Amino acid sequence: MNRLTADDVTLAYDHRVIAEQLSVEIPDNSFTVIVGPNACGKSTLLRALSRMLKPSRGRVLLDGQVIQSMPAKKVARTLGLLPQSSIAPDGITVGDLVGRGRYPHQGILRQWSAEDERVVQESMERTRVAELADRYVDELSGGQRQRVWIAMALAQQTPLLLLDEPTTYLDIQHQIDVLDLCAELHEEQGRTLVAVLHDLNHAARYATHLVALRGGKVVAQGAPNDIVTAELVEEVFGLRCQVVEDPETGTPLVVPAARRARVRVGATEAS
Amino acid sequence: MKTTGTPRTARAVRTPGGLSFRLDVRTCTVVGLLLAAALAAGVVLIGTGDFPMSAADVLGTLVGQGGQGQEFIVRELRLPRVLVGLLVGACLGLGGALFQSISRNPLGSPDVLGLSQGATAGALAVIVLFSGSATAVTLGAFAGGLVTGIALYLLAWKQGVHGYRLVLVGIGVSAVVTAVNGYLITKADFVDASRAVVWMTGSLNGRDWTQVRPLLALCAVLVPLVLAGARGLRMLEMGDDVAHALGVRVERVRLLLMGSAVLLVAAATAAAGPVGFVALTAPQLARRLTRSPGPNLVPSLCMGATLLVTADWASQRAFGADQLPVGVVTGVLGGVYLLWLLVTERRAGRI
Repeated sequence: MNRLTADDVTLAYDHRVIAEQLSVEIPDNSFTVIVGPNACGKSTLLRALSRMLKPSRGRVLLDGQVIQSMPAKKVARTLGLLPQSSIAPDGITVGDLVGRGRYPHQGILRQWSAEDERVVQESMERTRVAELADRYVDELSGGQRQRVWIAMALAQQTPLLLLDEPTTYLDIQHQIDVLDLCAELHEEQGRTLVAVLHDLNHAARYATHLVALRGGKVVAQGAPNDIVTAELVEEVFGLRCQVVEDPETGTPLVVPAARRARVRVGATEAS
Repeated sequence: MKTTGTPRTARAVRTPGGLSFRLDVRTCTVVGLLLAAALAAGVVLIGTGDFPMSAADVLGTLVGQGGQGQEFIVRELRLPRVLVGLLVGACLGLGGALFQSISRNPLGSPDVLGLSQGATAGALAVIVLFSGSATAVTLGAFAGGLVTGIALYLLAWKQGVHGYRLVLVGIGVSAVVTAVNGYLITKADFVDASRAVVWMTGSLNGRDWTQVRPLLALCAVLVPLVLAGARGLRMLEMGDDVAHALGVRVERVRLLLMGSAVLLVAAATAAAGPVGFVALTAPQLARRLTRSPGPNLVPSLCMGATLLVTADWASQRAFGADQLPVGVVTGVLGGVYLLWLLVTERRAGRI
């Protein structure tokens, strides 16, 4: 039994249903990436897995327990989440922000232990922001800021870490930088990572387990090498493409068909 | 905004029993200075009036070494008034800091969100419709504040209360209640209307021990409760999602703190009338002094107390005893401060 599973869940905002009877297992010690077109429910699924969204039916289980019934701080010591929308308070320094990740380990009488200090330092070193510790967060570049937020999530010391589109708004170099960091966390520390990514090629390159969603349903899941095919991409994204071998890593590389080819095929289909 | 960060000096305090705290040196200094300033202003204020006393005489009388006349003036007349001033200022400063942090908006203070107006409506209803006693007016104001606070929470609630909604709903509530207040004044006869207007400017005139005791009791309960929830509030500043992920029970913390803030502001307004701008400016001033992120609850509390007592002293010095209600002074000071804030922020390109 894996630590984190969604069991037959129906996910809805108010009465707008995003997904029905969806079941997903996050394999332990995997780097799972959830992909799919816009509005397929991938971020919603991540919200449900991190107990931000209560399923209207079904349940999300963490270590065999219904996640909503567990004490909030206990969940926060097991499962971390880096949401898409986070606000750095005005005038906060990097060290202070990362320190806030220690909240679930602290209490009213135990507010800043030696352990807290050690873990914060370690988290900053691991994400290479230690030398920025005294800088203000709002004067950092986008890539540095994202590493700081990841450091905060690391300071939470959770065996499971969920990331909602961690590479959005970053340029290509910083996207790779963040993904490399995720891969390191997964490989060296044996953490289970779950990320929502937009870029299919990044997903195929970094994921050990891929979940492809469309319209709130799982279309395919498994190792990228096993499941990423031209047929799957067309089924999930509605895009004609070729899947070739990535010359760097041997993972599947999705190359969209040229516009002419797609238009011609579309035209013949229509006639 | 500085271009390079300066390291903040924070001291970790740890005991062998596993207790640990982190104290920010600058914040502690600011709190200490503000407390000293508030107490000093309080002593000077006790000595101010038709029967002036030196600070030494005031302190002597407070520890029981004054003459009988001094004893009466200090203990029965002026000390309770100063204590009401300190407590009202503290409540408004703390309430304002809570509201500004919850609404994530420096303008999200109780005076802007309609709480003070709501308390005023309660007081006016008692004055105009029932020609009620001073106690009844106080209770009416407290009830008015509470009802407005509850209405604000319910109207702003949509899958939780969010900053922008809270501010917009608050401005709407404020407009409605202000209209009701205007209507009540036009209905009033001349005596009631002048009594109402004096109440509406906010004043410490004639405040005695009957106002001190309930305020003190309320603070004794709410201040520790609020400070216990302050750590959760700090997390909420990073957005609901981050706070949630860190194990904060977001809506519970927010409801608890907003409820406390409503009680604090309603009680303060009931005791002294709607003293303007303290709740708005105290947290901003405190923040600029501590330069610390976070809601700055304790510094705001001390700043509120200092501001109110200093404003009361200024009004008595400049215009003579009990000529000018303290609310007028805080209104003028607060207005000038707000303008200054808007102008400087505009220059810094942030607005």
